[in-house]
Parts: sequence; C-alpha cells; structure tokens
Amino acid sequence: MQSEPPILEARQLVKRFGKFTAVNGVSFGVHSHECFGLLGPNGAGKTTTIEIMEGILSATSGEALYQGQRIGRGFQSVAGIQFQNTSLQDYLTVGETIRLFQKLYGDRENFERIVDDCALGPLVDRDNRQLSGGQRQRLLLAIALINDPSVLFLDEPTTGLDPQARRRFWELIGHIKERGTTIILTTHYMEEAYVLCDQIAIMDHGSIIAHGEPDALLSQHFQDAVMQLPIDDFPNSLRSLPHTILEKQKLIEFHCKNVGETLAELTRANVNLNRLRIRARDLEDLFLELTGREIRA
Amino acid sequence: MLGRIWAVLNARSLEFVRDRASVGWNVFMPIVLVFGLSIVFSREDTDQFLVAVLEADTATHTFLQTRYIDFTPIEDRTNAIRMVGRHQLDMLIETGTPLRYWVNPESPKGYIVERLLLQTDPSAIKESVAGEAVRYVDWLVPGVLGMNMMFSCLFGVGYVVVRYRKSGFLKRLRATPLSAFEFISAQALSRLILTVAITSFVFAAVSLTLDIKTEGSYLSLLMVAVLGGGALIAYSLVVAARATSEEFAGGLLNLMSWPMMMLSGVFYSLEGSPAWVQSFAKIYPLTHMLTAARSIMIDGAGLIEIMPQLAILAVMTFVALALGSLMFRWRFT
Repeated sequence: MQSEPPILEARQLVKRFGKFTAVNGVSFGVHSHECFGLLGPNGAGKTTTIEIMEGILSATSGEALYQGQRIGRGFQSVAGIQFQNTSLQDYLTVGETIRLFQKLYGDRENFERIVDDCALGPLVDRDNRQLSGGQRQRLLLAIALINDPSVLFLDEPTTGLDPQARRRFWELIGHIKERGTTIILTTHYMEEAYVLCDQIAIMDHGSIIAHGEPDALLSQHFQDAVMQLPIDDFPNSLRSLPHTILEKQKLIEFHCKNVGETLAELTRANVNLNRLRIRARDLEDLFLELTGREIRA
Repeated sequence: MLGRIWAVLNARSLEFVRDRASVGWNVFMPIVLVFGLSIVFSREDTDQFLVAVLEADTATHTFLQTRYIDFTPIEDRTNAIRMVGRHQLDMLIETGTPLRYWVNPESPKGYIVERLLLQTDPSAIKESVAGEAVRYVDWLVPGVLGMNMMFSCLFGVGYVVVRYRKSGFLKRLRATPLSAFEFISAQALSRLILTVAITSFVFAAVSLTLDIKTEGSYLSLLMVAVLGGGALIAYSLVVAARATSEEFAGGLLNLMSWPMMMLSGVFYSLEGSPAWVQSFAKIYPLTHMLTAARSIMIDGAGLIEIMPQLAILAVMTFVALALGSLMFRWRFT
C-alpha cells in the first residue's frame, strides 16, 4: 500500500495570518484507506492545516494535492468534512438536517444507511437543539458522510465528549475505516490517535516534529516501560535505583527497561505492590519527550 | 442548482415558521401599531391649521402673519391641490395680486381658514376643490406595513446570515457544492416569500377591520411589495456580506433602519420638510415603496404611474445584490 503514491499530499504548506505564522512548512502524504492523525496541543496549527487540505482555506505558500492535482472547489464533492464547533440550523430535526444536506449533494438516497451507521435512528425526529454533545457529533459525522466521501476529514471530533461518548464515536470511526474510507483526523487526545490512526504527525508551533506509525515512533524513542506507585508505598531507600524517577503529585513514576528485574527489586525491598501500575510508553510520553512539556500544558 | 436553492430556502423557512415568537412579532406588531396609531391620531380637534403656500418667497401678505396656522411652502401645485381635495391640506394659497386660494368646501377646517383669510383679504379669488377626506389610518396602513417589511427583511436576512457565519454554519455549507449565489438566493427568497405572505395577511386583516380602501389594483400592490422587499433584502445582504459579529451587524442595521423609518414617510408625510431631506430620503427603498403603495391605495394609480418607483426599486435591488454577492464571505475569520 505504501508503495503507491499518496492520495492526499501536503507540500511545504505555510499559512500566515498577518505576522502570525500558523503553519510553517508542513509536508506529509496520506495513502488510500489510511487513517492519518494530526496531533498536537491547541494552537499547534492542526485545524489550519486540515482546512487547507479540505480546500476551505488557501495556503500562503505550498500546495495541497488530491490524486496529484491541486485541491480546488470540486474536491468537496468527494470529501466529507466534520468541522470543529459547527452549529446547525435551529428548529430543524435530525432527519430534516440530514435531508437538507442530502439535497445539497444532489438528493442522495442513503438516508437509512447513514442514520444506521451513525446510530441516529431514535433521534431522527428530535430537534437539533435537544441533542447531547455525543449525539450532535454523530449528526455532524452523518452530514460529513452524506456524499459517501472517499476522503473523510474529522477535526477534533471528540473534543468535549465524555469518555463513554468518545469511545462510542471511536467505534463509529472504526467501522467507517473498515469500509476503506481514507480518514484525516486531528486530535489532542493521544489515546484517540493511537487507537484510530495508522500514521500520525505530531505538530507543535505550526510544524511537524514527528511523523510515522504510532508504534514505530514509540519504539524509536522509547525502550522502557512506566511504573507508578503511590508515594506512600515507595520507600526512600529505593530512590537510589538506576531509573528515572519522577514525582507526579501523589505518585512516584519510574521508567524501567526490564519490568521483570524491577519487579524483583521491588519485591526484595518488601514494597507493597497492590497499587502498582505498569504501562507501556504512549504518545503523551512521546510529546513530552519531543517538546519538554505535556500536551495539555 | 434549483434543488439546492429549494433545500436551503425550505430549511430557512421552517426555521422561521417554527420560531413562534418571531412569527408572532411579525404578525401582531403591525396590527397593534396600526390600531394604536389610528386611535391616537384620529382626533379631529387638533388646533393647528395647515396651509400650503405657492411662491413663498414673495409671501408678504398679512394673512401669512396669522398665528396658529402652519404655513408650508410648496412647489408642486398639482399635488398640493390634490391634497386639499383629500383634506390633507386645509388650504392652498398663491400669493400675488389678487391672491388665489384653493379650498375644499366640505372641509370644516378649510371653512374656518377661509373665513380668516377673507377677513384680511376680501378680494382673494376662490377655487373650490372637490374630494373625500383621506383618513389618517388609510394613509398610515401602507407606512406601518412597509415599516414592518423593512425590519423583517433587514434583520431577518442580515442578522441571520451573520449568526450563521459566527456559529460556523456557513463554513459547514461552504464545504458542500452549494455556491454563494445559491445560498444568498435561497435566503432572500425565503424571507421575501414569508414577508410578503405575512404582510398580505396583516393587510387583509387590517383592511377588513378598519375598512381600508384600496382604489388601485391588488396585483400592483403585490408587485410593489415584492420589489420593495427585494430591495430591502438586498440592502441587508450588503451589511451581512462581511460582518462577523451580531453586535456590529445589529448596529449597522439599526443605523440603516431607523433613519429609513423616520425619513421614508412611515408615520407622516415629508411634504413641507426641507428639500435636502426629501432628496436624501430617496436613497431608501422604503420611500419609493410607500410612495408607490399610497399612489395605488389612495389615488388608484396604475402600473404606468408607479413605473418610476418600480424601476428605482429594481435598480436598487440589482445593485445591492451584486455588491452583496461580490463582498460575500463564508468564513468567520
């Protein structure tokens, strides 16, 4: 799959708003049927980048290509877009809203399928204003799918959702991905990117600072795991262990290359392991490693 | 293209019709206003007499020094004579030697003013003018309905488009094959249809209850309403084309609507106001709309007579729509 040319490509994109440079020389390629994630904190330039790729915003310099051609107005007939913070018309029901957008794309006859795909069946007659955050995002996803897009853009689709609604949304995205739709996703939730994306690009201050498959990036930067113990359970005598030891509020976090050996050392020191947590390195750690700060900082 | 325009038009119309507070306001406000003002201004015992004076620069006649008579210079003799016939002027005089005056023998106030004139100048030459009095309410109804259309068209399109832009809904539409022209057309048509429908309903209700007479054709009136509404909507689209906040758009729309209401002859005639005010008022669609509507309703004017107003409204619509389309921006930032 990777040997084929990318279906969507950003080449040295730059976007300036007055003196402020929002996107600074961003390049990447997205292959067909791939889920590509743009990660980064708020203000990193993700939304500006994705809007240039959508053809909604023009770049100051550089180019965005779809199937090797510059993206223009016609691209929107094959692209599905879920924007961040979109309002819909008041006083319309979910069903009426979907039908409105269907007509904008030439009276598509996929109402039932889209309603089913986005789990909107029981909500069809509900006023848009009465939807919860998760339901609203599912409606916006349904609108983005109306033209059966070959490329689907999702700009922070789960921001503000509770964990349950977020996971339900991930399931929906998973089903769309299985059907072969190419997806470009922006998020500042690293777990979301890890679960959904085949390729990620981490952005900070308008530039891409890391790019690749999530697992490959993690193993490229980390060869250790993270252990966490409540600070009360961690004896001072162990602070001399040859590990990176960090105090995080009420937790002691230490990074170890060999989990088995470290567990044996803790056992020898009679440490209470009932509240021990062990986790693999994740993308949050990667962002911290690359930028020196946490993603939500 | 028509399918997309119809889809957006239908959605916007549903949004408006289901907003009961807005519909209620648009229907009941003009009815309440017409009834209220017709009661307030129906008193016949006002103590001011209104006399129009032709050739006012040579006005040195002693009658013109009479207190408690409002002497108004006027240039259009034909129109002034017609106003005397309708009791809108108590008398028209032309200074000179001898002085000539026009009065409606059926007008009580005209009778009193005539007695006063003849006391100072028994040699004045009388010209009688026949005609029925135009009630204030007959004159007021087109004004109030026009004003209601003005607010509905300006705020119902301009304000809503800005709200859509600010909330990101315009950006969402931008990501579909819908063009700016299709979007603007749908918004304008939706508001025009609803406003003309509501105005027709209110007009029918008020006409039946207050016995408002329409001398001319209802079809001509409908044409004035459609062209006038179109021009007002086009004006609002110029405001909405770029504005990114409701506060700013609201300020601009108020700046447009309040002088239009005051200067277009909604509540009172601009006859007698300074020439520059009358000229300035012509920049407003409502002025031409009300002139045409009153000509049809009161004078029984046909399409030929109101053609100048219709032509001006059509030009205003075209120019403002073209400007609004050129300036239109989908995005908030």
